[in-house]
Amino acid sequence: MAVEKKVAAGRRGAHQKWRVLTCKVGLDGHDRGVKVVSRALRDAGVEVIYAGLRQTPEMVVEAAIQEDVDAIGVSLHSGAHMTLIPRILELLKERDASEIIVFGGGIIPEDDALELKRLGVAEIFGPGTSLQAIVEFVNRGFQQAA
Amino acid sequence: MGPGYTAGVSYDESEMNLAGDLLAGDVRALARAISLAEDRDPQATALVAELQAHTGRAHLVGVTGSPGGGKSTLVDALVRVIRERGRTVGVIAVDPSSPFTGGAVLGDRVRMSRHTLDKGVFIRSMGARGHLGGLAAATREAIHLLDASGRDVIVVETVGVGQSELEISSLCDTVVLVLMPESGDAVQSIKAGILEIADVYVVNKADLSGAEKARRLIQDAVAMAPKKPWQPPILLASAVKEEGIGPVWEAIESHRAFLRQSGGLEERRRERLKQEVIALVAESARDDARRAVEGDTPVGRLLRDNRNGRLNPYSLAADVRAMRPARGAEN
Ligand SMILES: Nc1nc2c(ncn2[C@@H]2O[C@H](COP(=O)(O)OP(=O)(O)O)[C@@H](O)[C@H]2O)c(=O)[nH]1
Ligand SMILES: [Mg+2]
Repeated sequence: MAVEKKVAAGRRGAHQKWRVLTCKVGLDGHDRGVKVVSRALRDAGVEVIYAGLRQTPEMVVEAAIQEDVDAIGVSLHSGAHMTLIPRILELLKERDASEIIVFGGGIIPEDDALELKRLGVAEIFGPGTSLQAIVEFVNRGFQQAA
Repeated sequence: MGPGYTAGVSYDESEMNLAGDLLAGDVRALARAISLAEDRDPQATALVAELQAHTGRAHLVGVTGSPGGGKSTLVDALVRVIRERGRTVGVIAVDPSSPFTGGAVLGDRVRMSRHTLDKGVFIRSMGARGHLGGLAAATREAIHLLDASGRDVIVVETVGVGQSELEISSLCDTVVLVLMPESGDAVQSIKAGILEIADVYVVNKADLSGAEKARRLIQDAVAMAPKKPWQPPILLASAVKEEGIGPVWEAIESHRAFLRQSGGLEERRRERLKQEVIALVAESARDDARRAVEGDTPVGRLLRDNRNGRLNPYSLAADVRAMRPARGAEN
């Protein structure tokens, strides 16, 4: 809803900004990728709330609601993306917060990425993603490329 | 979540339920209301006004100090102590150093992660955005909203830069200044203003060397300041090791008790009310002025034409002040 509002109203005022929660889900401690993406989003004008490492889907969704973000960017390298990301989508639904967009990054095979998009994930950024692609994603209002 | 939250419903319609849902403890309503305040949406002001009867109960604690001093880590440790004492908490982590234009990365939550799933804790990050003095107004409204939602303690973390540490003293009942051992010689250069607003000093990172020396330096600096009825305690703590945190919380509570007994609480709140009125008037005056200057008005046209480049700001300002505020204009 926040997204629809912002899009519909043409991002009214100078004070209104996209808010995105970024985090690392899973047990591994690699935070390079998520930090690079966070800074790219920042440079694209986004207010990024970085929630840190080792977040569970429950924590991610709770933090996203408290921070009232438009989108959640999750980074995964643990290989558990096919359980963790759908769990986030499910929890958002349970909290009546499905309007919060979810996008992902990390090492996710193409087939899995397609399946996740089918489930409602807006975009999956692979390891070689250019920062330009992230900026374009922001400028598209966090929607999939047509 | 109330029925006002179905997709596509505008803020205006949902606002009818926002106040009720917020009072009923709905986290989404609270979060959304704070967004309205951050967006400087007039509805936030209306909401705060509507909820005013439900505010004034919470203990407002400001935590300030240099970047990297361990404020967020200390807040995390304090939240644990406060929760152990059975009270609920709202945390507002303000980063006034984020750039005025463009985006920001707000990272204070990282240190407080373990409290995320505790229903008694609500954490919100706020950036500077394009606010000119509006950050304090947004923070103030966020405090009122958390207060109305029934939080017992509200902790506001802000980086001590520029005016922000002075602003925090006008927002909070108790101000905690966090210092590092290495900042020992920085103590002497501490702006007099900070020493005057601190109610509790915490020398954090006491697990590192130099903490005791820093404590003595602060003590000397405090001793040189004019005597006040409240003598701010200077405490050593290690936020990462969670050592010395209980005493910090007790000092914060003692300060509040002192304010209560001495009538200082009323005095602070009166002063806060005054500041709030000034801030609200200033904010709307600034908005009116910007509209007058940028809009299709005599002054706006003059400024855009500015043929000879010799316009007089004083007379233009007088012209703007003489204009009636444009009611119902685009905000
Ligand atoms: N040695 C030590 N490091 C600490 C302590 N408290 C915080 N830190 C570290 O100081 C750094 C900055 O902490 P943070 O809480 O983010 O500081 P802030 O910028 O003031 O909010 C982090 O690396 C913390 O782990 C402490 O008590 N002892
Ligand atoms: Mg911090």
